[in-house]
Amino acid sequence: MTTKIELYNFVLRLADDNLILAQRLAEWCSCGPILEEDLAMTNISLDLLGQAEDFYEYASELNGEKSEDELAFLRSEREYYNHLLVEQPNGDFACTMLRQMLYSTYAKFLYEALLNSRDEKLVALATKGLKEVKYHFRHSSEWIIRFGKGTKESNERTKNALVELWRFTSDLFEMNETDKVLITSGISFSLRDIYPLWKAEISNVLEEAGLEIPNSENNIIGGINGIHTEYLGHLLSEMQFLQRAYPGAKW
Amino acid sequence: MENNNDQLPLWEVFIQKGGSPFKHEGSIHASDKNMALQNARDIYTRRGEGRLIWVVPSDSIAATTVEEEAEFFDPADDKIYRHPTFYKMPEGAKNI
Repeated sequence: MTTKIELYNFVLRLADDNLILAQRLAEWCSCGPILEEDLAMTNISLDLLGQAEDFYEYASELNGEKSEDELAFLRSEREYYNHLLVEQPNGDFACTMLRQMLYSTYAKFLYEALLNSRDEKLVALATKGLKEVKYHFRHSSEWIIRFGKGTKESNERTKNALVELWRFTSDLFEMNETDKVLITSGISFSLRDIYPLWKAEISNVLEEAGLEIPNSENNIIGGINGIHTEYLGHLLSEMQFLQRAYPGAKW
Repeated sequence: MENNNDQLPLWEVFIQKGGSPFKHEGSIHASDKNMALQNARDIYTRRGEGRLIWVVPSDSIAATTVEEEAEFFDPADDKIYRHPTFYKMPEGAKNI
């Protein structure tokens, strides 16, 4: 199959988004604002880790040489294809929920579009993931509305988070050679198609929260080509420590 | 119920599993109905326990107290004729 390398890169991109965001959310474990939310965030983290595992398994199958653990834990920063948004630090709770809302909305439309892929395995994984990301969207968007309509402080913190994270949103819709090949072969689709849907959904939530999409620039890009912000390296050094110090370590 | 700490209001959680009646599972904190349902889902149904969830603000539940126990329940202790086993089956009757 001539698209094998591109499909591998694309699946890796999906896997990396899920793994990196799962790792970020796991940092909240035992530090949540209330016990209930601590569990909610680690639940979401585990959902994403499960999706990452499925995508790595598929990537490993396409690659034929590297195991899913090697792909997840033994690549260097420049070899990760996740989007810049998901590697951003947790910040405060408003920042974490906003990042989740921006990403889950994206994942929802991405998986919905992938239901029409000509690659059966991708269709199956998107179907499975869709149910989870819909719930993540529900959970995070309701928090954004509560924050926006809540106290002066919650409103301000959410506004600050918007300014901070909005910069990384056009990165979600960047495409490269991988996309070009997969679109032609009917495996993937143009991310430009889901951009208006994503923006409309985000606008709805923000409007209900009494907030607005910032006017600021959102053109920091690079994730899918392995160009990352300074935060990914630190995240990886913590996440990969065990596998690097004790190669092949098992739970 | 007085909410004199920094926790959100308390809700009681009831979960239905399969076709069984709703069963009280425990309580959670939440500021509104949606949050209460989601927190209940995250805390009590993580291992596939649930089909449907009810949440009720704890202060909406009227409850008997331990002090009332004697007058509420002791009178039932000596009324053995309220149990079906108190009655002898009449001859020839298949059931009562």
